[in-house]
Amino acid sequence: MKLADLTKQAGEWLRGSGPMEDVVISCRARLARNLAGEPFLSRCSQEQKKAVEARLKKELLGAGIAPTMLYVDLAAAGDLDRRLLVERHLISREHAAADHPRGVAVAAGETVAVMVNEEDHLRIQAFRCGLQMPEALADALRVDNLLEEHVDFAFHSRYGYLTACPTNVGTGLRLSAMLHLPALKMAGEIEKALRAAKELHLEVRGLYGEGTEALGDFFQVSNQTSLGHSEEQIADEFAGGLIPKFVEYERQARQILRERQGKAVEDKIQRSLALLRSARMMSNQEATFLLSLVRLGIATGLVRDVDIKTVNEIFLLTQPAHLQKILKQELDGPARAEARATYIRQRLGAH
Amino acid sequence: MDKCEKCGKPATVLLTDITDGKLVEKQLCQSCAAAEGVFVKSQMSLSELLEDFVMHTSGEQENASLACDVCGLTFGEFRQQKLLGCPHDYDAFERAMLPLIEGAQDGASQHVGKVPHRGGGEQKKHHALLRLRAELKKAVAAEDYEKAARIRDQIKELEAS
Repeated sequence: MKLADLTKQAGEWLRGSGPMEDVVISCRARLARNLAGEPFLSRCSQEQKKAVEARLKKELLGAGIAPTMLYVDLAAAGDLDRRLLVERHLISREHAAADHPRGVAVAAGETVAVMVNEEDHLRIQAFRCGLQMPEALADALRVDNLLEEHVDFAFHSRYGYLTACPTNVGTGLRLSAMLHLPALKMAGEIEKALRAAKELHLEVRGLYGEGTEALGDFFQVSNQTSLGHSEEQIADEFAGGLIPKFVEYERQARQILRERQGKAVEDKIQRSLALLRSARMMSNQEATFLLSLVRLGIATGLVRDVDIKTVNEIFLLTQPAHLQKILKQELDGPARAEARATYIRQRLGAH
Repeated sequence: MDKCEKCGKPATVLLTDITDGKLVEKQLCQSCAAAEGVFVKSQMSLSELLEDFVMHTSGEQENASLACDVCGLTFGEFRQQKLLGCPHDYDAFERAMLPLIEGAQDGASQHVGKVPHRGGGEQKKHHALLRLRAELKKAVAAEDYEKAARIRDQIKELEAS
């Protein structure tokens, strides 16, 4: 398995279907772990970081996590490859931009990706489509258990798994869901919804994590506490209680929009689809905006000849690094806009 | 930015009130708003929260000079970089860190989740008991006595093991 193989399609968790996929694009469970008896990264010398990476690379590839695993040495990888991994959400932007020995282990299908030497020695991530948090959590814990057969992680009887930042201490668990909230945005309710999220101790970020602005109608919502509850309790509260509330809020907004401005919304959606099917140049921003409306159209039954999986996949594969990897050449802005429009027309069955 | 009508600090709260049937708007800072009985819920991000708690705990000079004898990091350095240096820091800075952890973790300071599979036998038991006791408390509060009795039995069994 090579990095270039990834560009052929989206990861399983974006291609499949899952509960509440009309609103929840995907979910992720992430566990932070550090080797016992080693300093955290901020106190590691370059040599120590190198040794930690070498040790964890060996463990990750030998633990039987998946039949096929790809390990990418990020210090040696090119800029485009690193950006590709960010676009696929397999590594964070900080991990891509860092300047020390580090890497990522990716299981075939991309339901599991483990970052080595990010903020902690290990960040085990499991992804699923829609809201399948118990499954994502179980998968992350499975990887953790496999690694623990050979590795001792830093653990404290009171504080649990020890992390470089105390906001992750305890379970080391952070859960997030990628939400598509176009109707709340159109109805002018989005600020209210995001405020409510914060009051419920949820963190709202842009599509690519910390420090990124919410792009169009897409939001990443994460839990904030990692201590004082078991992993299952945290997942249950998040995916059993909090996220479904947002799903319900968005669905109600969609219902109201349909009742009050049905024709106007349908017009917007169909125009978006027509534009995607005929444009010759398209910026990433415009594509995001139009694809969001088409996704809404599919979820509300107004668009029947395109499915959500296709929209999810177009959304990913038309990101700048993906386009360039697929076409195997560096492209400037206008060339990317043309390549993007061509790809979208092909995928949506246009002439 | 507008100034607080009462103390002149930057105003962050617009208080709309109806007094004697008239609509009155006041621009206040957070503390003057609190004095007026208005509770302003904080909407800080995780990093702001952390910074806030670090700042609170950093008030004491003695905390800033606390140092870890394993990695050498001082609490003052942690305040700046917001990242710890080694697992032992949790013990070395415990006094200064505890309020920070409780602040960031919704008041919690005891792990009750997964414990490592190897060499974690006692810890596992300890945590299982903690979890069961929390469940017992919940069951009693919900007046589910049948469930409470079941949990009590489980606790007894685990304690005896």
